[in-house]
Amino acid sequence: MKLLLVDDEEKFVSRLAERLAFRGYDADWATTCDDALAKAKSGQHDIAVLDIKMPAVSGFDLKKKLAEIVPGMKFIFVTGHGSEQDYDSGCKEAVCCIIKPFQIEMLIEKIREASAVSK
Amino acid sequence: MKLIQYISTHFIPRFWNAGASDNQGQILFNYRRFWFFSIGLRSLVSLLPMVILLMFTYTLENKAIKTENHLQLIRFTSNMRRTITYFFEEHLDALRFTVQEEEIATLKNHEALSYVFKSLQRGFGGFLDLGLINDSGLQINYVGPFDLRNKNYSDQTWFKETTNKGFYLSDVFLGYRNTPHMIMAVKKEVPDGSFYVLRVTIDIKELDSTLSALDLREKSDAFLINHDGLIQTPSKFHGELLKKTTLPIPEYAAHSQITEAVDANGSHVLIGYAFIEKSPYILLLVKQSQAIMQGWYSIRKQINWVFCISVVVTLMIVLSVSTFMINKIYDADQTRLKAMDRLESSGKLISVGRLAVGVAHEINNPLAVIGENAGLIEDIINYKDKYRDDQQLKELIAAVLESVTRCGEITKQLLEFARRFEPTIQPLDVNKVITSALSLLRKEASYRNITVSVDVPGDFPLVHSDHGSLQQILINLFNNAFQAMQDGGRLEMIVAKINDTHVSFAIKDNGCGISREDQKKIFEPFFTTKGVKGGTGLGLSITYRLVQKLGGEISVYSMVGEGTTFTVTLPIMQKDA
Repeated sequence: MKLLLVDDEEKFVSRLAERLAFRGYDADWATTCDDALAKAKSGQHDIAVLDIKMPAVSGFDLKKKLAEIVPGMKFIFVTGHGSEQDYDSGCKEAVCCIIKPFQIEMLIEKIREASAVSK
Repeated sequence: MKLIQYISTHFIPRFWNAGASDNQGQILFNYRRFWFFSIGLRSLVSLLPMVILLMFTYTLENKAIKTENHLQLIRFTSNMRRTITYFFEEHLDALRFTVQEEEIATLKNHEALSYVFKSLQRGFGGFLDLGLINDSGLQINYVGPFDLRNKNYSDQTWFKETTNKGFYLSDVFLGYRNTPHMIMAVKKEVPDGSFYVLRVTIDIKELDSTLSALDLREKSDAFLINHDGLIQTPSKFHGELLKKTTLPIPEYAAHSQITEAVDANGSHVLIGYAFIEKSPYILLLVKQSQAIMQGWYSIRKQINWVFCISVVVTLMIVLSVSTFMINKIYDADQTRLKAMDRLESSGKLISVGRLAVGVAHEINNPLAVIGENAGLIEDIINYKDKYRDDQQLKELIAAVLESVTRCGEITKQLLEFARRFEPTIQPLDVNKVITSALSLLRKEASYRNITVSVDVPGDFPLVHSDHGSLQQILINLFNNAFQAMQDGGRLEMIVAKINDTHVSFAIKDNGCGISREDQKKIFEPFFTTKGVKGGTGLGLSITYRLVQKLGGEISVYSMVGEGTTFTVTLPIMQKDA
């Protein structure tokens, strides 16, 4: 199972990927939309963890594009900024929406849930 | 007691006892002044016409009664004058008839004159004696109690006047008989050119009985005076017989007249008078003004009573209407003030909430960066052998992560606070909700030896509300109460049905209480008295918001050192349902 993490905050997303690696998850990360799409083209990713509020392209738009490239991909939104609407629609369009800061165990739990759904 | 209660609720306005605690209300509106003004104006408007009407009635009635009395007295006087005039005419005519019918020769005969005298006596009464006088003034024949035969009257006034006018009516006098009497005389001319005079003396009693026959009220008086003011027939109040009357002598008038005067006692009297024609007499009918007005006075007494009762009733109505009105205004003002207060606090909540949410959002991202970096450090320590035994490093990073978690909790609560809240309304068994809310605190309660009692009436209805919200409200309030209490405290939960539409949840603790100052702020976000120990100051704000969302109200009653009671009122049915 491979993860794709997208967040404009590199110091956040890179560390998260590293930590997940410690726990046995193979995670790619990207800080821009293009980078994310490029990495997704390999088609190896099962689950994407997206920040909702990013410069240029929002998490929702990115989700649509990724869904086109990789059908059946599962999504988890994270947000520190999200307005109420963002949170609500995040919850609707993805497996769940997590508010930053969160503990890594919580994310892993959600990832497990998402992969269980996919199987 | 009931009466006092009735009076105090209907006549004393509510603001009166509100005291200084409602300063705000007093500033908005000077109820006291308005109340007095209202009472004053209403009293004036309602009483003034009554007073004017009363005075008008007084004047009119007074005038009417006076006029009526004047008319009545004039009528009496006229009738009386006719009677008196008739009395004199009748007696004079009797004498004229006698001298016309009888020959002088017959009248000269003593026995014949006696017969005539008796006839007259029988016919009219009151004759004391009868005498025939020749033209030289000598009484040539006489019938009566005295021996007056051959008495010469030639130099007496009455004789001269009879000679001139043909008849004579004297004043009343005592004479040597010493009884009040009067003289009547007629002249009879005979063909030889000489004349005779027939003269009678009439007892005044006859005249007096005629006057007395008049049905006069007490304190009224009817009598005759002569033109000099000497009393001719007995008067009850206005002087002795043949003495000058105490009343003024009226001016001559051809008809009956009315005049007002003051008698010897200083009382006002109304005098009806008439000059009796062809006689020296004036008829006087005297009535006490007071007696005349007696009827009017008793009517006036009744009017006064009715007026007084009307005034009292009017004033009571004015008072109760004014009080009712001012109460309405006062209540409306209080409601408005409360609404303004509520609006102010909810406005404050919204703006402070918005700010807090903005701040939370801004903080969350850097916090996440800190969290992940620190997390990575922890991972490196845990997963790599290099630092595995460095206990200090482990503690340091644990402290950072703990702080990040705490910050994250706070910002999450803020976001929760701002989150749009969509309750799902369902019928709730209040008992179950309370039990589940309390279950979280059972342990703490037993640990701290806090007694918790819950009182829910047996027939308590299902409340249509949102389970999560209601539970959250109760948990927050329970938490608050627990934090306010010392170990061994007592928490009471009293649930009651207020009316058909609302229920109340009262949570009462015997903790430290909340000062008056603080009570105003407790629902504001970030207001906390827990100080350094923690607490976000959001618990009651969130509770406030949740209660509002459920269409309810929350209030607090607290005494410092005695405890605090939070009361949440909720509708049994939601409006939309």
